[in-house]
Amino acid sequence: MPSLKDLKTRIESVKSTRKITKAMQMVAAAKLRRAQEAAEDSRPYAKRFNAVMAGLAASVGGSESAPKLLRGTGSDQTHLLVVMTAERGLCGGFNSNIAKLARHKAAELKAAGKTVKVLTVGKKGRDALKRDLGSDFVGHVDLSEFKRIGYANAQEIAKDILTRFDAGEFDVATIFYSEFVNVVTQIPTAQQIIPASFEAEEGESSGAVYDYEPGEEQILADLLPRGVATQIFSGLLENGASEQGARMSAMDNATRNAGEMIDKLTIEFNRSRQAVITNELIEIISGAEAL
Amino acid sequence: MAQTMQFDLVSPERALASLQASAVQIPGSEGDMTAMPQHAPTITTLRPGVLKVESPEGNSEYLVTGGFAEIAGDSLSVLAERAIPMAEMTRDQMNTLIEEAREMYKTAKEEDQPHGLVEDAAKLLADMEALGTHMSL
Repeated sequence: MPSLKDLKTRIESVKSTRKITKAMQMVAAAKLRRAQEAAEDSRPYAKRFNAVMAGLAASVGGSESAPKLLRGTGSDQTHLLVVMTAERGLCGGFNSNIAKLARHKAAELKAAGKTVKVLTVGKKGRDALKRDLGSDFVGHVDLSEFKRIGYANAQEIAKDILTRFDAGEFDVATIFYSEFVNVVTQIPTAQQIIPASFEAEEGESSGAVYDYEPGEEQILADLLPRGVATQIFSGLLENGASEQGARMSAMDNATRNAGEMIDKLTIEFNRSRQAVITNELIEIISGAEAL
Repeated sequence: MAQTMQFDLVSPERALASLQASAVQIPGSEGDMTAMPQHAPTITTLRPGVLKVESPEGNSEYLVTGGFAEIAGDSLSVLAERAIPMAEMTRDQMNTLIEEAREMYKTAKEEDQPHGLVEDAAKLLADMEALGTHMSL
């Protein structure tokens, strides 16, 4: 049976925990709105880009001279997994869900006799995968210094990946990120970026036949590296929104739990306070009776 | 001519403009071209340069650094890597851009990268510098 003083201290400490989680929730909510706006702002670009690429890829894709980024290297022996996670924790299952998907995929590939290489973006994913895939790490990108993720960050990552691709370090690249559906739902997603695959939206690719200036293949060669950057950028933005969403709901739960705990402790505190008073009364009464 | 077409300028980070334009001058990689309504469907890559938009409401200019433009008869979409409205442009920003291009050229030359990246970077640098003089900020 804890003493009254113990209970009081515990109530106080849970109360300050609740204050912190509440504050974190509100910060996450504000950041979420910004992250969502950023994700929405980037959508028109990605959508048009994909539409144009789909058209180009369809007309050039089949030929022998198509760029390697589109056609692939002709083998699928070495896979590069680009695992994009958050730099911070305390956001529920966000980081571990992405890590779990990546781990699963890596195990699958290894079972099929393929070589797996891992490039991590974000500290938390690196920590989560260190034990299982630590020997497969080929690099790490730290984004903790950037308050707001810009296209330049995505370009840096894309450049790193493309340099490795040109050096023949891998054949297939897949990015892992979390797709933002709403505040409570984020879906860990794997998307293959090299060789590139573009899905034409219904009814958009059919249409005018374009003139290309310069030729189709040059344009394609120019645009494919940008496509990698674009895909990484939208992955990063989805991730940003997902992270804040996950943190918001995790912190909401934590705040509610803390509230429940405070209620329970307060009841316990009042009961034992009353017990002490009753005890004292009994002592006084029985003392009086004894006289 | 009262005819107009839908003009969209988007960068990866945000959509910058969406309006009805009567003519748009595009800095294409193989030379400038002006797109007007009913232009033949064309896709062209961009070089760093100035994008001039003429619309019934007035003219506007944007600085773009690479990307591509999609012309489709009654609409024109420019997808630029980076686009800055000319009105917001300052000498300092231009210098930063030139500096970036120079840096890229240097690293490309040192690392001896394939794919004609060195020439690309050199061209980018030249374009940037020309742009800086042209603007005479």
